[in-house]
Amino acid sequence: MIGGLRRALPPFRFDRQGRRLWKDLAMSVAALLCVVIALVPLGSILVEAGARGLAAIRPSLFLLDTRDGGIGNAIQGTLILVALASGIALPVGILTGIYLSEFGKGRVGDAVRFFVDIMTQIPSIVVGIFAYSVILSLSFAGLVSPRLAFSTITGVIALSTIMIPFVARTSEEALRLVPVSTREAALALGIPRHRAILRVVLPSGGSGLLTGALLGVARVAGETAPLLVTAFGSLYGFAGLNQPVESLPHTIYTFALSPSSAENQAAWGASLILVLMMLLISISSRVIVHLRSVRE
Amino acid sequence: MAAKIEIKGLSAWYGSKKAILDITMDFAEHDVTAIIGPSGCGKSTLIRCLNRMHETIPKARAEGSVRLDGEDIYELPAVSVRRRIGMVFQKANPFPTMSIYDNVAAGLRLNGERNRDTLDAAVLKSLQSAALWDEVKDSLDKSGASLSGGQQQRLCIARALAVEPEVLLMDEPCSALDPIATAKIEDLIFDLKRQYTVVIVTHNMQQAARVADKTAFLYLGKLIEFNATRDLFERPGQELTEKYITGRFG
Repeated sequence: MIGGLRRALPPFRFDRQGRRLWKDLAMSVAALLCVVIALVPLGSILVEAGARGLAAIRPSLFLLDTRDGGIGNAIQGTLILVALASGIALPVGILTGIYLSEFGKGRVGDAVRFFVDIMTQIPSIVVGIFAYSVILSLSFAGLVSPRLAFSTITGVIALSTIMIPFVARTSEEALRLVPVSTREAALALGIPRHRAILRVVLPSGGSGLLTGALLGVARVAGETAPLLVTAFGSLYGFAGLNQPVESLPHTIYTFALSPSSAENQAAWGASLILVLMMLLISISSRVIVHLRSVRE
Repeated sequence: MAAKIEIKGLSAWYGSKKAILDITMDFAEHDVTAIIGPSGCGKSTLIRCLNRMHETIPKARAEGSVRLDGEDIYELPAVSVRRRIGMVFQKANPFPTMSIYDNVAAGLRLNGERNRDTLDAAVLKSLQSAALWDEVKDSLDKSGASLSGGQQQRLCIARALAVEPEVLLMDEPCSALDPIATAKIEDLIFDLKRQYTVVIVTHNMQQAARVADKTAFLYLGKLIEFNATRDLFERPGQELTEKYITGRFG
């Protein structure tokens, strides 16, 4: 053991060469330490949510009615909210990203990029209030019922508003990584620009686009604040786009703060399910990318 | 021989920086023409003006006329010009997400060709013309990026040939290759000229001497001398040319 350690350590010399070796060792140890520091919280969250969440998982947890101790309504609500928000935000965000990376060279592009950047930095609760007040203003104008302010639709507006700039920015970055030489190769074959972008540039940036889209999905799936003032939460299952809806983060929020230990436990169950949902999306998309890529 | 491409009074800019200056020259059909000159003299810019790739760079513009079989290419749609005048770049740039087959078929496929037999035939013919068929015939579904540097460059040549261009522009196609891969490409150029008109930009004067029928010497954006390769190297008409080919500057 000691012998092995001695062989791993640099010689105890402090000339130029010795100092260099010791410095190298110190930096390597420091880097390793940082990795551990970064991984410890991640690991402990997973272990904690896994252990406590598993204990909470039983058939009744999936009931659609919260009064029966179920969080099925929250799972259902999160799936609906995230699916609808992604349905809006992914196409809009990715198209904005394409515009920014392929066409947005001039002043207009800079302006769009600036606004997208600002939008990514708006706190999500503010976006929630924005969606809420948009619906309220519409209701003042007599166009919709004021009760629509607390509904799935308003939640979807809030979530997609958060997601669009995020996806736009990550898509732009992903497409910028596609080398100019790849674009030139396509154009030099006499392929029209739009087709070169759709069929050559987009697939080349494919895994980056997908990662960005997934991060966007994961980001909004975990949002709580904007949903408090829009989707509001509900004790029952999904009742329509114009009705309030429960969501996993909201369930975790209310159940974790609840005095009932049964609800505290259900909050752990909800946390585990949320984490697993993200994991599933992430893994399955990576499998898709892998299957679609040509063999090396 | 008839002029395939006629260039008249061609100048090109990047923003306010002038890259080539009032160039007038012709490329004969089935000739290999080499363009030599020191770095930054406008060689690449010149050939990029011939298939309208120059204008894909932001703020780049060109003036003057380039005629292909008598037609001004700046009055034709850019995409049809690029189909008739193919290009091979300095760095091999196969499409990273595509297989070898798909790389070669890309030009046809993305221009609307769907017939599998037509594509198969074009891929076979192009890979044979690019002297790559024997090396890749059993691995057409492998990634184009998995090939060696020289093979990738021949793949790019095959890809350019698949759309059946009339002219092939090559921008320092061997600068990143070892001598063996370079020799293969040079042999290939020799074969290609039976069917195509080839314009090759090169840093390597021996290469120009080996492959080209005619050679043009560019310096600071101007065409200094354009002559049969042998004459240009053995009896340069200009002092600048002589200095350059004897290695006294550049």
